[in-house]
Amino acid sequence: MTDRLMDRLLSHDLPRSRALALLLAAVLLGLALTPFVFPGTQAMNVAAKVMVFIVLVASFDLLLGYTGIVSFAHTMFFGIGAYGIAIASTRLGPGWLALAVGVAAALAVSLLLSLLIGLFSLRVKAIFFAMITLAVASAFLTLASQLSDWTGGEDGLSFRLPEALSDRRASYYLLFGAALVLVLAMLRIVNSPFGRVLQAIRENDFRAEAIGYRTVVYRTLSNVLSALFATLAGCLLALWLRYNGPDTSLSFEIMLDVLLIVVIGGMGTVYGAVVGSLLFVLAQSQLQNLMALAAPLVGGVPLLSTLVSPERWLLWLGVLFVLSVYHFPNGIVGRLRARRTRQPVQQQKETP
Amino acid sequence: MTAALPRASFDVLPIALVPLLALAAWPLVGSSSTWLTLTVAGLAMGMIVFIVASGLTLVFGLMDVLNFGHGVFIAFGAFIATSVLGGLADWTGADSLWLNLAALFPAMLAAMALAAALGWAFERVLVRPVYGQHLKQILITMGGMIIGEELIKAIWGPALIPLSLPQALRGVLALGDASVEKFRLLATGLGAVVLAAMLYTLNRTRLGLLVRAGVQDREMVESLGYPVRTLFVGVFVAGSALAGLGGSLWALYQQGVVPQIGAQLNVLIFIVIIIGGLGSTLGCFVGALLVGLLANYTGFLWPKVALFSNIGLMVAVLLWRPRGLYSVTTW
Repeated sequence: MTDRLMDRLLSHDLPRSRALALLLAAVLLGLALTPFVFPGTQAMNVAAKVMVFIVLVASFDLLLGYTGIVSFAHTMFFGIGAYGIAIASTRLGPGWLALAVGVAAALAVSLLLSLLIGLFSLRVKAIFFAMITLAVASAFLTLASQLSDWTGGEDGLSFRLPEALSDRRASYYLLFGAALVLVLAMLRIVNSPFGRVLQAIRENDFRAEAIGYRTVVYRTLSNVLSALFATLAGCLLALWLRYNGPDTSLSFEIMLDVLLIVVIGGMGTVYGAVVGSLLFVLAQSQLQNLMALAAPLVGGVPLLSTLVSPERWLLWLGVLFVLSVYHFPNGIVGRLRARRTRQPVQQQKETP
Repeated sequence: MTAALPRASFDVLPIALVPLLALAAWPLVGSSSTWLTLTVAGLAMGMIVFIVASGLTLVFGLMDVLNFGHGVFIAFGAFIATSVLGGLADWTGADSLWLNLAALFPAMLAAMALAAALGWAFERVLVRPVYGQHLKQILITMGGMIIGEELIKAIWGPALIPLSLPQALRGVLALGDASVEKFRLLATGLGAVVLAAMLYTLNRTRLGLLVRAGVQDREMVESLGYPVRTLFVGVFVAGSALAGLGGSLWALYQQGVVPQIGAQLNVLIFIVIIIGGLGSTLGCFVGALLVGLLANYTGFLWPKVALFSNIGLMVAVLLWRPRGLYSVTTW
């Protein structure tokens, strides 16, 4: 009974690996219990960041992993969501109405913008789309810091939320519920017939077109959907931080982080977003401490000591990124799943 | 014996845009001397951008490889030049043009040589295994960009390194009422030399013939027995060297370098090669000049608009010609 319920909830896309299933269950449980198990706001902040990143990265996976399109404008939609909440809350004052207006307006802007970009540039090669989105995103970043009357410029906006959310735990569980629903919804989308068409386009767009699917339409829809989910992730971020500025949600560094996470976690798996985000955020907050421990060991060697210094952790992540694109394109999740599928094959060989 | 081939018609319209833009800006700017200053500044910026972007567009045209890591070569060249100029501070500070140039040229040559070496390694290690796979190319070269930027931070530190122009190139040159910065004249001249050398190589030598043929139809050149792969490595390395040269010029133009210089310029050069038409050298040149001029005119007339002039120009050009000014690829 619970098996079938689980199967329905995960849209028949089970983890297909015991290790992965255990890991996912641990993440779910850990995130659900963080406010009670780990004292202090530090742990809750890290956990909230993990959840926001899970939604953001999963929405990018919809585009990159399932449709095979590289966009560099994903943080633009993330930022639109965050600015939607921030601007509405500062203009209309704290209240549920402001939140609703902010979310709705952000979704509308993202819808329009992603539709425009998609129709404008998805007709041609993937590379063209990647370049156009890079240009558009950088222009948007400039726009956001220039319209300081609305966005607060470089300083950003701090704002207050409705009374009911003033308790940190209450807003934490709002975030938790929303992130869970969003991830399950994305799992539903990628495992629907629509999601299958996206994967067909990723594998061979010419063939998909020949079978009779309008690939431009599907690509554009994929772009729009992923933009909308990213917008919602941005709303969640703003709800948690009660602040938004260009560096928190729009910067190109976040875009690169998302790219690293989705590839290392596993493209085209959704679960990769969960595993990757957890590892990334933990690494971001803990790895630097770890490397600080390692630094004295190589202190004598001049260049090596700068290379393992805590500030250079992104370097090693970049190396890991390149290696995973070459050697395990399905990332951590792909590795975990491959181990499971290889074992029965070996057993079959042994039996006769 | 054979009938004369019909002459290939040359499309003058895009190239005419450059003087048209300059003329259109004249009445708007008002004073002729300001206009001249802005035009020279725009040409200098355009030339530097052209030097940086030309290698990228050729590599794309020849091998269908778009290198998102091109910015690393720019940044690397800029930092090398900064280090060399810093080491020769006695010469750059001296009040003699010849000593200044004696410091400047080794700096540029070092930037070119080391950027070329880096480009060779980049091609060998990162790009070669992923030929023909666009998605992986974008990801891998972006990864190379991240690694390169971090390495630069590890070697030179994350902070801005100020760089002052050699003594003789500081200040302005008075042309009638107009004042023109000396360094901008040098950059424009250098850009013209690079353009001439490039056009000569591409249009008048056997090597250039092969490169152009490869851009148009790689498989045909390959089946005629020419080593397109080797040719491509050569173009990649040459493009990296040009990026290094452009990076050193850009560092002098901005009078300082930050590790993020590569990522910043990447956006600009992508816009330029999209405007020009992916793979087209002439298009890249025209696009770079348009971007440089427009940035300077709008920067003077409406500073807020200047921040978006590049992207506005790109949208306008693509609405007019969806494949860029001079399209060479067939898609």
